[in-house]
Parts: sequence; structure tokens; C-alpha cells
Amino acid sequence: MALVQLAQVGKVYRSLKGSDYVAVRDFSLDIEAGEFFCLLGTSGCGKTTVLNMVAGFETVSAGDIRIGGKPIAGPAADRGVVFQGDDSLYGWLSALGNVEFGMRMRGVPRAEREQKARHYIELVGLKNQEHKHPSELSGGMKQRIQIARVLANEPQMLLMDEPFAALDAHTRADMQRELKRICAATGKTVLFITHDIDEATILADRIGVMHAGPASKLKGIVPVTLGEAERERTHDNFVAVYRRVHELIRDEVAIALQRTH
Amino acid sequence: MHASLRSVGIYLVGFASLFLIWHVLATWVLSSVLFPTPWKVLLKAIELAQDGTLWEQSSASLARIAAGFAGGSLIGIPVGLAIGSFPIVRRLLEPYTEFLRFIPATALITVAVIWFGIGEGSKIFLIIYTTVFIVIINTAAGVSAVAPNKIRAARSLGAGPAQVFFFVALPATVPYILTGMRLAMANSFVTIVAAELVAANNGLGRMIWDSRMYMLVDQIFVALLVLGLLGFTADRLFRWGIYAFAGRFSPVT
Repeated sequence: MALVQLAQVGKVYRSLKGSDYVAVRDFSLDIEAGEFFCLLGTSGCGKTTVLNMVAGFETVSAGDIRIGGKPIAGPAADRGVVFQGDDSLYGWLSALGNVEFGMRMRGVPRAEREQKARHYIELVGLKNQEHKHPSELSGGMKQRIQIARVLANEPQMLLMDEPFAALDAHTRADMQRELKRICAATGKTVLFITHDIDEATILADRIGVMHAGPASKLKGIVPVTLGEAERERTHDNFVAVYRRVHELIRDEVAIALQRTH
Repeated sequence: MHASLRSVGIYLVGFASLFLIWHVLATWVLSSVLFPTPWKVLLKAIELAQDGTLWEQSSASLARIAAGFAGGSLIGIPVGLAIGSFPIVRRLLEPYTEFLRFIPATALITVAVIWFGIGEGSKIFLIIYTTVFIVIINTAAGVSAVAPNKIRAARSLGAGPAQVFFFVALPATVPYILTGMRLAMANSFVTIVAAELVAANNGLGRMIWDSRMYMLVDQIFVALLVLGLLGFTADRLFRWGIYAFAGRFSPVT
């Protein structure tokens, strides 16, 4: 049984003026345990809506979402979320305090949670930065703290909503490599949202491409069976995957552009 | 360090210029017994300080401000938190906050004196009144301004609703609470003088009123100067306190 099961999921935003907006319709997807799944789509296609529903931030209007066979009921510690911006970090806490936060809420004893937090801070490459506050850290470091904060809470899966979109190109490439390494080390299941084909091809075991919104669902899934050495932008096999994904999304980009203009 | 010394220097020059302009105006432009020079005011201040008047009057005013400000903040913070957290409370209390905050404390002086008498009660009531709404409104605004992702992150890290409130919403609101308290402090200084002008046995406002009757203009100026200084010092102390004890929450930085 797949760890995450989305079955005919739909999401309708009710509008006071009576014109309801159907963001997602009939969206079905299974994600296996230990899998790195990238959900790719144009802006406004509803990919963040899907993630928010899996996270439990938003309710489903139709269908159901199951984690380990159980329907989800709101946000919970089994699904850790990494957000795009840094506004989810707690500015009044140090890096260590942020990473410890989930364990503190769950009543993990101080010594144990500090040891674990230090371990994950080291894992994300921020050793000796524990006592800095978010305002003293760069954009890339803040995203590392977010990742460490989620990992330290030891969730069943990670939900990442374009976590590197706000970073500069070099930092982003660096973070993608790091995330790949961390996922290999921890074997976490990941649902990763992005609009960047490169990023998806570097990271994913499978790439799901969404239709342009509204009433969006999956258009197709591209498996990525690239070895570590092949995950380079210039490698032939990388380019082949890129091309397949690009062919799927090309028309959707055109549709999305038409709708916004 | 060099840069901060420089900025302190410029600051002092700014202050000195205030007294210089005052001196020029009083000596050459508006030369009149009704507009004393800074030097004359300073001499008067020393005299009043030596005979104890100045201390007695300022401490009377300050004690009222301190009591009212503390009371107003103690009421305002929890009420503001409740308004910001629960839409029901907001709807229930908004008529109070939105209506009462437009009635200036100075307009309530006579009512306060009728209700609470000429003693401390009426003054403290007025300071509470002038403090409480600013603190409530800022606190409530702070709660609604907490980034939704902070709360979402906490929920998906395993925090329950009460934990979200105490460990996320409350600390995230502290800068707004402190800003509200700072503004309220400034208001307290305005209100206390007005209240003491109308009805009080002592205090700086009373000192101004009494001086008027005997045309002691320099004494009025001493009171004005002390009010400015006390307000300024209180505000700086407040800012300093924020830096020292809650630097991470500082609304200033």
C-alpha cells in the first residue's frame, strides 16, 4: 500500500459573489514510502492547493487523502512542511530553538531534544550556527533551518512548497544537492512542489505534471531513473527526462499564459 | 563605536540648538517678561529643586502615570489578545473600543472628578482610560498580523491550539504590544497634565495652573521643561528596556 493516497480529490473555493472557483478536480495520486515525488505545474495550477490539503491546512471538497491508510484530520506532526518564504521561522528563537520547537511542543525532555536538534542542524550543514537568530542568517541558511526543524520532528513525510524558489541560482543549486544528500541519508518520503523542470529532474524519483488551472489534475507522470552522476544538467539522460517533462508541460504553460492575459 | 559617538554628538547638537533658538527668541525677538530665557528658567528650576517643590510635584505626576499606565496595560494586553484571537470577542468588544477610544480622556475629566473625587482615583482612572485603548488596538492588530505560516508550521510540528497561542501568537505579538505601550506612555503625559490642571492638589499640571494665578511664567516654563524631560526619559528607558530584556522582540530594530 502506498504511504500517501489521494483519491479523486477536489477543491472548490466558495466565493461570496456566488462564482465558486474549482482549483482542483478529480486529482488522484499514490506516493510510495521513501519516494521523492515532484509535483510540477504552471503558476495557478493548484499544486500548492494539493500540498495544503495533504498538509491538512485546507480541507478537501471531494475525494479523500490517506496517509498510511488513515484519512487525515488537519495538520499533524507526521507531515512536516517546509515553506517557500522564511516567515514561518520564529524570529524570537535561536536556530536551535526553532529546530527544537516541535519536540518541545510534544514534550520531549530538554537534553534529548537538544541533542537531536544539534544532530539535524549539523546534518543540514549549519554546525556552530545554533545560537544565531533567523535575522542573522542568509536566505539559504534559513531554508536549511526549516528543513532541520522538520527533520528533527521525525515526520513520516516531508511536504515542501517551492522551498528554494526565493533563493539565488547558486544557493538553489547548492540546496538541491544538499537536499538530495539529506534525503538519501534519512530515506524520507517527500512531496515537493516546484515549477522548475530542472529542479524536479535533479531531485525526483517521479515527476507529476499538472494541467493548467482551474479544475486541474495530473496530466502525466514521468519516472526519473537517473543515477547520481546523470543528475547533471548537461548529461544526455538528464536532457531526455527534461524533454519528456517539457513536452507535457509546454501546452499547459501556453494555456496558463492565455488565461492570465 | 565611532559612528555611535558621532550620532550621539549630532543628537546633542540638535538639543543644544533648541535651547539656542529659545535663547535668541527670548532675548532679542520676543523680549518680554512673559517669555523667560532658558537661563532664567534654569535658575528657577534649581531654586525649586532645592526647596523640594520640583521633586514633590513631579513625583506626584509620575506616580499617577505609573499606576495608570501599568493598570491600563494590564487590562489592555489580555483584552487585545482576546479580541485578536477570537472573532466573537472582537464583535462583542469592538463597539466599546471603537466608540470609547474617540472620546478623549480630557473630555472625561469632569466626569472622573464627579465619580472618583479630586484625589488619586480620578487621575489614575483617566490614565488607565487613555492607555487601555491604544494597547488593546495595537495588541489585537499584532495578533492578526502573525504570519499564517508561523501558525501552520507550529500545527504541523505537533502544537495544539493552546500551544500555538502561547508559543507562537503571543511572542509574535510582543513587538506590537510594546509599540502600543510606548504610544500609550506618550498619551499618559498629555492626559495627566490636563487632569491636574482641572482638579488636583499637586502635580506638574497643578504647578502650571497655580503659577498662572501669580504670573510666575518662569515657573510654568520649569514645569513644561520637566514634562518634556520626563516624557523623553520615560520613552528612552522604555526603548532601552526593550533592547535589554526583549531585544528579539524589539519593534525598534
